[in-house]
Amino acid sequence: MELSGWGRSSRARVEACRPERQADLAGALNPAAPNGLIAHGAGRSYGDAALNHNGRVALTARLDRILSFDPASGETVCEPGVTFRDLLAAFLPRGFMPPASPGTAFATIGGAVAADVHGKNHDRHGSFGDHVLWLDLMVADGTTRRLSPTSESDLFAATIGGMGLTGIVRAACFRMLPSAAPTVRVKERRIAGLDAFLAAFAEVRETATFSVGWIDALARGAEFGRGILETAEFEPAIPPPPAGRAKRVPVDFPGFILNPLTVRLFNRAYYARVPAAGRERFARFETFLYPLDALYDWNRIYGRAGFYQFQCVLPDAEAPAGLRALLEEIGRAGNASFLAVLKTLGSAGRGHLSFPMRGFTLALDIPRRSGTDDLMARLERIVRDRGGRIYLAKDATLSPEGFRAMYPKLPRFLETLGRVDPAAVFASDLARRLAIRPAGSQ
Amino acid sequence: MSAARETWLVLGASSAIARAFARLAAAEGADVLLAGRDRADLDAAAADIALRSGRRASILDFDAADLAAHAAFVERARAAAGDTMLNLFLAFGFMPAQTEIDADPALLHQAIAANYAGAVGVLHAAAPIFEAQKGGRLVILGSVAGDRGRLKNYVYGSAKAGLAAYAQGLRARLYRSGASITAVKPGFVDTAMTFGLPGMFLVASPESVARACLAAARAGKDEIYVPFFWRAIMAIIRNIPERLFKRLNI
Repeated sequence: MELSGWGRSSRARVEACRPERQADLAGALNPAAPNGLIAHGAGRSYGDAALNHNGRVALTARLDRILSFDPASGETVCEPGVTFRDLLAAFLPRGFMPPASPGTAFATIGGAVAADVHGKNHDRHGSFGDHVLWLDLMVADGTTRRLSPTSESDLFAATIGGMGLTGIVRAACFRMLPSAAPTVRVKERRIAGLDAFLAAFAEVRETATFSVGWIDALARGAEFGRGILETAEFEPAIPPPPAGRAKRVPVDFPGFILNPLTVRLFNRAYYARVPAAGRERFARFETFLYPLDALYDWNRIYGRAGFYQFQCVLPDAEAPAGLRALLEEIGRAGNASFLAVLKTLGSAGRGHLSFPMRGFTLALDIPRRSGTDDLMARLERIVRDRGGRIYLAKDATLSPEGFRAMYPKLPRFLETLGRVDPAAVFASDLARRLAIRPAGSQ
Repeated sequence: MSAARETWLVLGASSAIARAFARLAAAEGADVLLAGRDRADLDAAAADIALRSGRRASILDFDAADLAAHAAFVERARAAAGDTMLNLFLAFGFMPAQTEIDADPALLHQAIAANYAGAVGVLHAAAPIFEAQKGGRLVILGSVAGDRGRLKNYVYGSAKAGLAAYAQGLRARLYRSGASITAVKPGFVDTAMTFGLPGMFLVASPESVARACLAAARAGKDEIYVPFFWRAIMAIIRNIPERLFKRLNI
């Protein structure tokens, strides 16, 4: 079958298996596939992380059982195909939330471990891997090992953020966070420009539970770097507003619909909808966390050619100049791009290949057109020169050299990988593109 | 619907449709009893259903091919359901490819044992429960393959056809006690049985089939095709003259 990343720019012909229960999972290893095996959950990574061209993928979506929950500690055990949506439906009414949640509730827990995902509360609560107590991991020889920060700690650190290359998660135990509620009070305010944004974040990252900024990446001159800053806090006493109905995108949009003019108008309207004095509103927690989930297959808006999502993090000290350079480069390319997302990250993740580091993270969609690959290379260069890092869960274009420079703990990751999977049973298009394993061993 | 509590006994609870059905029934307020052979898998499913729905979910060992054990199994199920109204969802099935059956006669007997003898055996053992409680819903998962014997699938098809005829008779018997039997004939459903097979089209999700099953059971329907258009497809297939049909490669 053919699979694509969420950005629809990376595609692969794969041999797929789909275990429906734990007992079937070992079958994914037999017989050995010529191009290796990778787990594929909800398919919400944007690039080629969960693809394996001419190889095998194990579709884990049907392994979707929540196995236990302790309301005293928040400790939860579940299979890898359980989604954030499942967890919120089951536990938000009881006052618990997943400790870190990516921008879509359709992502799975297996994917959350593999990408060590972060959310709008990273400064406060860290990334998903920070809350994992143990993992049951099926490794290359077919055995299942229980990993934790104290037992098999190296394999644990290689698996958190390890992009599925150490094995397949059979079960994950993590702590959900208490004091959550279905309703949040969202504060929105206009931010006039980039420097004001950084200053505003410096304040809210210390005080707000959730924070996220939306930047108009096409704004120029006096409006450069302007946008909206949203912060949110739980409001347990307020009943949630009614849920909107999820809509679908019926067709792939033709390319001309997204052009610099229409996108500029959209971004302008997005800015203008928040009054100059700012505003406060109550929102459903899910609506605040996952605004794009309301449009189920929004990736079709970018048409058949798909898009790249660029997401990087820059250390605090490099953020002012680095973000300016990135936004200028994007603006110069004039490549129609919706709002960019700006957030702060609090501290480094626990995985050898974890993305988070203390700093600012910028994310935006870039429609794939001629010249886009050159733009991506220029953005990569800026990130690399500023000591930043590109997020592998979003990536489709990073170079092997860039990857090595941005992920300094790679040697430790490889040392562990060489021990548990010397024959490269686990492999993916991303791993080959980035030459994660040294040449000759794959 | 009355406010009386219900328990759905799900036979073959590890299959994709059965799992979706058990989740749905619990989400809508019923307790569930999950019966099957893979105890570890049933434990996981029961934990999941209890956590998501807050309903009671427990498991029972059940092997359709162990005909001698059916009477005792039915007793245990009745006891486990306590004083709730018992409903039954029969979901187990075994569909080896016809070519595999031709190569290995043991598979032929396994297919008949699971799809016909096992199904009829457990239903017959359970029938008195529904007469005694004067009500209840039964859903029997059949197959469009039972509508006509086909070159590609006639052992499985004949077992499901036999089960369909049995269900008609049992329906008439239980009608007198106020219990209903809904025979469900799914077309192509996205399950382990069909995953990766060539020639699949208009494939339904297990969740949509589960929804159709529960709605039909509540309405007391005798027979449904899911998705509904399979009724028309099978009407055509049934009406092709045998003289012609025997030459077709389907």
